[in-house]
Order: sequence, then structure tokens, then C-alpha cells
Amino acid sequence: MSEHAEHAEAEHDHPTNRYFIYTAAVLAFFTALETSTYWIDFGSFATPLLLILMSMKFFAILLIFMHLKYDSKLFGAMFYIGLGLAVGVYIAALCTFQFFAG
Amino acid sequence: MWMFLGSECLLFGGLISTYMLYRGRHQGNPGPAQVFDIPLTSVSSFVLLMSSLTMVLAVNAAKENDVRNTKLWLTATALLGSLFVGGQVYEFTVFYKEGLGFTTSLFSSSFFTLTGFHGVHVSVGVMMLLALVAIISRDRVTGDRAEVVEMVGLYWHFVDVVWVVIFTLVYLIPA
Repeated sequence: MSEHAEHAEAEHDHPTNRYFIYTAAVLAFFTALETSTYWIDFGSFATPLLLILMSMKFFAILLIFMHLKYDSKLFGAMFYIGLGLAVGVYIAALCTFQFFAG
Repeated sequence: MWMFLGSECLLFGGLISTYMLYRGRHQGNPGPAQVFDIPLTSVSSFVLLMSSLTMVLAVNAAKENDVRNTKLWLTATALLGSLFVGGQVYEFTVFYKEGLGFTTSLFSSSFFTLTGFHGVHVSVGVMMLLALVAIISRDRVTGDRAEVVEMVGLYWHFVDVVWVVIFTLVYLIPA
């Protein structure tokens, strides 16, 4: 393997500070966009827009800052099982109290 | 650590579910639209987001064996975390003065429980960061220093990720 290829692989495994600063800037922009829905009326698009931005921020932090993107798939599985169960708890609670109540 | 964070998802999943179910239950008492200060919470969210940046910079510095910058970024993360907790204490105080106590309504109970639990997690994170700075300063880290910083970092980012969800679902999406 050439020296250049080795360097590129190392950089891929351990993102640089510049990459993290760029990611943080994008996340800050998304937060500003989210906050703008408080002042600007997006109508029926507001809730879907907020949910999409929330998901993008969530996975950006998870995959880049928590480097799950570069870690073993086993670590990801442990976290996603917990996350999946949490979403399941929410859906079950919602169904129990909203749809099946009374 | 990842297994612990997965179990934490369940804890916050339960608390967020409870809040979402009860957020409209505040008959005659202050509700989300009356008490929430979105500009203040937006600044708090930005502060916590930036603390995630300083945390990854600390992890990178630890990987490069740069002790000085590791301590510097860890301290900056702890300061930003403290600022967030301070904002939350201020917010809770204002809510209380406006007549929103813990037992005022189902909305207030579920809101204070959810955000209070998150605040406790941030406070524990700040203590972990300051303890880590002290341990690194005394050169008493057992094992790989970069790995220890990374473990604390994972916890810190998780606290941020939970706030991303709370900020949108609790504060921004109208009840």
C-alpha cells in the first residue's frame, strides 16, 4: 500500500478537527433553521421539516461525533436495539392511551 | 458503554413518551405556549451543540497525545455544559414564578421530570469532565488515556443527542 493511500485511510478512520468543525457548523445551521420556525410560519410543513432536521442532527452526532460510522457494527447494534425499543415504547404508549383508551 | 447508552435510550424514550401524552393536560394552568421561552432555549441548544464540538476536539487531542489541548478542550466542554445547566435552572425558576410547579398539572410534572432528568445527566457529565481533567493533570489515568477520554465523550455526545430530540419534540413542535 502506498504512503498516500495509508494516510488517506488513517484520515478516514480518524476524522480531522477541520471535519468536526465543518460538521458543527452544519449542525448550528440546522439549529438556526429549526428555531426560525418559531418566527416564520411554515404552515403544515413546519412539523415534517422539524422532524427531518431533528433526525439529520441526531444521526450526524451519532455517526460523526460518536464515530459510530467508523466503529464495529456490534456497537451500532447495541445502540440501535435500545433506540428501536425506545421508539417501540413510545408507539405502544401512544396506542394504549390515544387509540385504545375507553 | 454502547450497551449503557442503548439502555439510556429506553429511559428517555419512556420519559419523552409520557411528556408527549400529557403535554396538553394543563386545564386552567400555564401550558407550553404560555411559558416556553424559545429564544433562550435555542441559545442553550446552541451552547450544548458547541460543547459536542469541543468534546471531539478533546478526543482528537488525546489521540495525538497532546495533554495540554486535551485538558483545555475538556475544560471548555465542562464550562459550556455548566452554562447549559445554568440556563435550565434559570428557566425552571422563571416557570415556578409564573405559577408552574412540579405538581401543578400533568404537563408540568412530565415536563419537569423529562428536562430535569436530562439536566441531571448533563450535571453528571460536567462532574465526569472535571474529574477527568484532574486525573489527567495528576497523570493518574489507568490504561489508555485516549480511550478514557473517548468513553466520557460518548456519554457527553449522548446527552447532546437526547437534547436534540427534546428541543424539537418538547419546545418546537406545537402541542
